[in-house]
Amino acid sequence: MSSQVAIAEIHPENYRFLQEHIYSHAGIVLEEDKQYLFESRLAPIVRQLGLESINDLCALIQSSRLPEVGHQVVEAMTTNETYFFRDPSHYDAIRTVLLPRLMEERRDTKRLRFWSAASSTGQEAYSLAMLLIEAGLSDWNIQILGTDFSSQVVERARSGKYQQIEVNRGLPATLLIKHFRRSGADWHLCDPVRRMVSFETIDLRKSMRALGPFDLVFCRNVMIYFDAKTKMNILKELHGTMYRGGWLLLGGAETAGGVEGCFERQTVGNAAVYVAR
Amino acid sequence: MLLAKTLKELGYEVREAANGREALEVIEAEKSTLTLVLADWNMPEIDGLDMLKRLRRNPALSSLKVVMVTTETEIDRIAEALEAGANEYVMKPFTPDILVEKLQIAGIHP
Ligand SMILES: C[S@@+](CC[C@H](N)C(=O)[O-])C[C@H]1O[C@@H](n2cnc3c(N)ncnc32)[C@H](O)[C@@H]1O
Repeated sequence: MSSQVAIAEIHPENYRFLQEHIYSHAGIVLEEDKQYLFESRLAPIVRQLGLESINDLCALIQSSRLPEVGHQVVEAMTTNETYFFRDPSHYDAIRTVLLPRLMEERRDTKRLRFWSAASSTGQEAYSLAMLLIEAGLSDWNIQILGTDFSSQVVERARSGKYQQIEVNRGLPATLLIKHFRRSGADWHLCDPVRRMVSFETIDLRKSMRALGPFDLVFCRNVMIYFDAKTKMNILKELHGTMYRGGWLLLGGAETAGGVEGCFERQTVGNAAVYVAR
Repeated sequence: MLLAKTLKELGYEVREAANGREALEVIEAEKSTLTLVLADWNMPEIDGLDMLKRLRRNPALSSLKVVMVTTETEIDRIAEALEAGANEYVMKPFTPDILVEKLQIAGIHP
């Protein structure tokens, strides 16, 4: 009997409830075939709360007795995978073409502002900071803002602490020994890198214009989870935070098509980049 | 084991050696076709660092890439290997993805 309870199917009305709950709180679209994903991501919460099944969990959220559980469920359903220097062709493009141009444009003020939208645990923002230090911009006024919907990953990003498996991924060993210190099993980013970066909890579906203006924006591997309308609104908002001529970098499966006259696609080396018009 | 398996799946032909001395013999014999050496630090007879230093003293092997794959994770040790001429450094444990990314950083594109 008990094993039957443990593998109880999510009732169709609860499946719909979860889809709507996650869509309304994060804009993330989960299709009909994501049963396994709900089960693997929500089982720990079910256990932690001493419940019997995901159906019980749905009842608990609907009762509004523990509002934080609803939020916890949304966070559990987001995919946070990220790593240092993910999609190296983007960083090559920044190093060889985008940054030299930006440095030329801003040579009087020596001020540059960057944004890692949907920064997850921070590797994207910190990779950029390391790249800028290596490019000799230590004496520039640099601000890199990382934002994410999930306060849990924002906390982790702020800590600047990574596990061995995380610093093993994508990070050249020369940068590891230069910018990190080991402390027990963790690796801590050094202050010069951390000083350039700050993190905030922000939902990309809210108005973001007050955050800008930025010279370069990363918004990678997050819009794949949204529907066309949400994507379009976010692209317009991103455009509103950027200097004309600023650069937008998207994930490998994403494009900035559909928003008339906002972005122009260009190819730099092996990377597709978008210029704000 | 995992190393050899991963590399074979990437389409590489793999030669294995039980220790540093044997590795140096294999490298000497096959240097004309060899792209990459993956070296553990802790090997009997001649350890990985010692082997790396010997390879880097041989001008005929100057284009050979050497990546350390090891449980040694102290910063000083990593620095020592890079200074001795290692092209990249992989800390154990690792996954096939990590290895591929590290090889790319070292300029090897499987
Ligand atoms: C796969 S990660 C991408 C991380 C990084 N940009 C990269 O490409 O490696 C996706 C991130 O988007 C965040 N996210 C999902 N929906 C969001 C929303 N509506 N607003 C802001 N961030 C969101 C998730 O919390 C998650 O950390």
